[in-house]
Amino acid sequence: MTDDKQAPASGSILVVGGGISGLTTALEAAEVGYEVFLVEKNPYLGGRVAQLKQYFPKLCPPTCGLEINFRRIKDNPRIKVLTMADVEKVSGGPGNYKVEIKVNPRYVNENCTLCGECAKACKMEVSNDFNFGMDRIKGAYLPHEMAFPARYVISPQIIGAEDAQRAKDACKYDAVDLDMTAKTLNLDVGAVVWATGWQPYDANRIDNLGYGRYPNIITNMMMERLSAPNGPTKGLIQRPSDDKAPESVAFVQCAGSRDENHLPYCSYICCMASLKQATYVREQFPDAKIYIYYIDIRTPGQRYEKFYQDIKADENIFLIKGKVAEVAEDPDTKNITVVAENAVTGEKTRQTVDMVVLATGMQPTAATTKLPADLTFNADGFIVNDFEKGGMFAAGCANKPADVMSSNQNATGMALKAIQTLVRR
Amino acid sequence: MDKKFGVYICTGCGIGESLDVAAMCDVAEEEGLTCKTHSMFCGKEGVDLLKSEIEGGVNTLVVAACSRRVNYDVFRFDGCIVDRVNLREGVVWSHPRSEFPVLTEEEKEDEDNFDRVQMMGEDYLRMGMARVERIKPPEPYKLDTLNRKILVIGGGVAGMSAAVDAARVGYEVTIVEKGATLGGYAAKIRKQLPMKDPYETPIPPIVQSCIDEVEKQSNITVRTNAVVARIAGQPGEFIVTVKKPGEKIEFDVPYPLPEEMTVDESGKELDPETLHQKFMEYNEGRRDILTPDPDGEMFGAVILAAGWRPYEPKKDEFAHLGYGELPDVVTNHKFEEIAAQGKIVRPSDGKEAKSVVFIQSPGLESDADFDYAGAVTSMVALKQATYVREDFGDGKSFIFYQHMRTPGLSENFYKKVQQDPGIFMTKGKVASVSKNGDGMIVEAEDTLLGEKIRVKADMVVLAAGMVPLTKDEPVVNMAYRQGPAFRDIDLFNGYVDSNFICFPYETQRTGIYAAGAVRRSMTMEEAVEDASGAALKAIQCLESVNRGVSVHPRSGDMTFPDFFFQRCTQCKRCTQECPFGAIDDDAKGTPKPNPTRCRRCGTCMGACPERIINFSDYSIDSVGSMLKAVKVPSEDDYTEPPFRILGLVCENDAYPTLDIAGLNRISYSADVRIIPIRCLGSMNVIWIKDALSQGMDGVFLLGCKHGDDYQCHFVKGSELAEIRVKKIGDALASLALEEERVVQYEVAIDDYPKIPQIINDFVKQIEELGPNPFKGF
Repeated sequence: MTDDKQAPASGSILVVGGGISGLTTALEAAEVGYEVFLVEKNPYLGGRVAQLKQYFPKLCPPTCGLEINFRRIKDNPRIKVLTMADVEKVSGGPGNYKVEIKVNPRYVNENCTLCGECAKACKMEVSNDFNFGMDRIKGAYLPHEMAFPARYVISPQIIGAEDAQRAKDACKYDAVDLDMTAKTLNLDVGAVVWATGWQPYDANRIDNLGYGRYPNIITNMMMERLSAPNGPTKGLIQRPSDDKAPESVAFVQCAGSRDENHLPYCSYICCMASLKQATYVREQFPDAKIYIYYIDIRTPGQRYEKFYQDIKADENIFLIKGKVAEVAEDPDTKNITVVAENAVTGEKTRQTVDMVVLATGMQPTAATTKLPADLTFNADGFIVNDFEKGGMFAAGCANKPADVMSSNQNATGMALKAIQTLVRR
Repeated sequence: MDKKFGVYICTGCGIGESLDVAAMCDVAEEEGLTCKTHSMFCGKEGVDLLKSEIEGGVNTLVVAACSRRVNYDVFRFDGCIVDRVNLREGVVWSHPRSEFPVLTEEEKEDEDNFDRVQMMGEDYLRMGMARVERIKPPEPYKLDTLNRKILVIGGGVAGMSAAVDAARVGYEVTIVEKGATLGGYAAKIRKQLPMKDPYETPIPPIVQSCIDEVEKQSNITVRTNAVVARIAGQPGEFIVTVKKPGEKIEFDVPYPLPEEMTVDESGKELDPETLHQKFMEYNEGRRDILTPDPDGEMFGAVILAAGWRPYEPKKDEFAHLGYGELPDVVTNHKFEEIAAQGKIVRPSDGKEAKSVVFIQSPGLESDADFDYAGAVTSMVALKQATYVREDFGDGKSFIFYQHMRTPGLSENFYKKVQQDPGIFMTKGKVASVSKNGDGMIVEAEDTLLGEKIRVKADMVVLAAGMVPLTKDEPVVNMAYRQGPAFRDIDLFNGYVDSNFICFPYETQRTGIYAAGAVRRSMTMEEAVEDASGAALKAIQCLESVNRGVSVHPRSGDMTFPDFFFQRCTQCKRCTQECPFGAIDDDAKGTPKPNPTRCRRCGTCMGACPERIINFSDYSIDSVGSMLKAVKVPSEDDYTEPPFRILGLVCENDAYPTLDIAGLNRISYSADVRIIPIRCLGSMNVIWIKDALSQGMDGVFLLGCKHGDDYQCHFVKGSELAEIRVKKIGDALASLALEEERVVQYEVAIDDYPKIPQIINDFVKQIEELGPNPFKGF
């Protein structure tokens, strides 16, 4: 296998994962002039950031940067995008990989005009994963308004049911194709960048924090959807049990992170995310009180530190150094009492709030889904980069917990590492 | 190009049901253009029809169908000009017939009735036809000779990594290092933070292996004892003057005149020639930016990896911590120097320092770390705490912190250090450091459990931060008319931060990319990673210049600004307003464009009062002809003619927002006519004047947020537009038109639920003002 590096490099790069890191790697490499295949398992690109209302610390919508990136894709014929696609197998070595990709059926072809008649025709509804199950959508759906590719998709859940036929019948453009089947594609590429991203740590596993038992305890990613204009409530923050406007919200930091029983590492983004979400609540409800329970506030760098200091100056926001030990629900009001030990005063504090947001951490996708390639993982499932060997690299949160800015820096660099593999003689 | 036109109206997606397409065809035919329709132009049959038209000689197509944001690939035909008239999202979806009913047969009989939506569709078609008539296919701007060499400023770990990364792809690189040797700060330390899994223990410095790697690469040249005096020219042909540090030479970069020297006693701007004369006097001994250095070296792109300097606290800045007063209170940098020499000893008497207190946060009032800390100083304290332990079996380290900042996987390092029984970590505020015999006492309060703590210390270490060298001086020394430094970095405390979360390498200076601690406080692991990204961007810029196309955010755009110099009045506005410093001007004030610095935003076009700056497919005339194509009904046409309001909207954020409003069937007034523009910075006030003088009743602009957290992709566009709008207010007043007829709104891309309301409120405001008195003239 030592000869592999000398083998004529096929000139293309495979990027696995179409979130912000994968998009960045793919675009940066393609704009140098390389051919790139961008493979995404969802029916749309954008990954986690597409689910966010705003980025910290600028409080700007992620769709703004995504739209520019999508335009870059539209203007660049060197990028081939495959959505609903899974990489099944990667063999070979640096400069010379054979890749097997399974493209799952979308049941909607390129004729789709976004008219929406298929969705109107469906009678059944399915759970909306994009909104973490907080609402239901028709079995024929557009993942979200800014989705790229801008095309409907039919949930496999309605295939075989009458709704599928209704959707097909409703389409004037012959865009619904219920006979679509999964296809396998074989690609030869010179380098592979794994930008497989992260998933929120499963809050159900954190027994003492009540998620799944009490409806008014949600995760930080749910909070993003709840606040987003294209979310289940069109951006209105309300508590799940009774749709009431929250008068008080507690944020529980390190929910699963920095915890040997769950994620031993720090998830990097959750402090900034909760501070940001505090602004969502404060903007909608000027009188709402916010309690943030933390171990350390990790807001590294001038910009983050400034953001933190500004939030801290808000008299309705209370920061309490202490780990939340338990939560309890009042069965009548559905309010939640958060019990924590204030690490500074030593007092045990009890605070009853309308709603609790768990700042759940990020777990690499590879921790729960085995990637079909010869990669090295650390104990937590992050891919360890081997630059000596080259050929395959992890970018963004597949490699380590990181914010969007560092992920994009890293992803840009990995585009170069991939290119180095192609030109290495 | 000899244009042969064709107009194609799609009747699918509700267009045919909503609009009288036959009447739309008449609009095209009135102009002498042939018009064809199809129920689905994006389908195979529709595309085949278009292709056969092209084979038949049509090369200029007006496709009236959906937004250009969709089916972008379907309606792209090589060698053809295509305009996408947005009938779907922009007309029928955003103006449903349930709210804007069609005229009944009976109503049609009365000529005083009109159909607002039909009028809108017809206007948009006219606008598309007018535009294609005025634009030309772009031809790329290519340099006569492209230089592909990359200049790296700074020979520390970041600079060396960037150089090696670029060299490995085959590019020639020169590293300019001001010190006598490569290595930078990394060469002066005992150990460095862990760089890879499991991130538990400090490692020996990697700097030597970086130097070895640089030496191994035959295409890297190293120049030590060297700094950049100036960088002139543009990407692909930068002319760089390198000199010895401290040397004064004629090619040292000149600085722009301070603002107060650019005006005469009465506050009036000096004429260009006097300005230039003063500029040369102000920079006596230095050559003008446009004088090329005959001995300069050519480069194609630049990586700025100048690094940082330790923050040196001012005398009395931290008096309560004894700094400056007690010789054994030192910064972490001083401590590292001592540690690199051997066992840790006190500066005061050379005695072993077996008990060391590390202070992370200076303030009694605030819980902030020392300035310029980032997360690095937390980790450095952990590292340095282990030095005390490795030097002395009975050594003790105490770390007082407000927030232990070990984000991500560096938490592993924190946990590992916590296991050391000789390292004590306490959250708390340090109240004082005072002398105690030949040692010191550190007193902390508000600690965990609320106790006051007193610790005896042989040495006290302050976790001072990393100041980017760009805080002190420009370093890059660009011979640009706008000045030698990166603009606006004061917003980021002197760091060369991009401001864009999505696009961390973007700077306001094309072809010059920052890497490492000059961008923010970072660890060596981060700096090495960052260097790869910067190297990629430098290479990408070179290859884009080679193809004659723009870099981000209009990546691939082949157009560039074309100046009609005969009519230039040397007003300097283009030079001053370009967010990217792409335009210089000569001694007479005539602009000298540098097309490969240009990002194609069109700000120069918007700024130019003489309207002499244009792009092949985007010009004063192309937009002007679109707005003039709008029919403005007057009382001669109808008893109560509808209002006509122009919307000039940013195509990056506001235009997609309007599309999404359409997709969601959120409606807005049918009396507006929207023209997407590259950036509000490209908005030329002549468009507003033209719109009003032809009887339009109002003009609104939709652009991105500006200010410290600006979202404008071209940095300054929306801000500049607002200034222009404010100025036009006076001109309107002189025409007896109300200022309120022209308004700019800030919108974000996710504002689609709000945008229709913004538009409708503006329309209402105009209706209350009444029609434009110039209407019908």
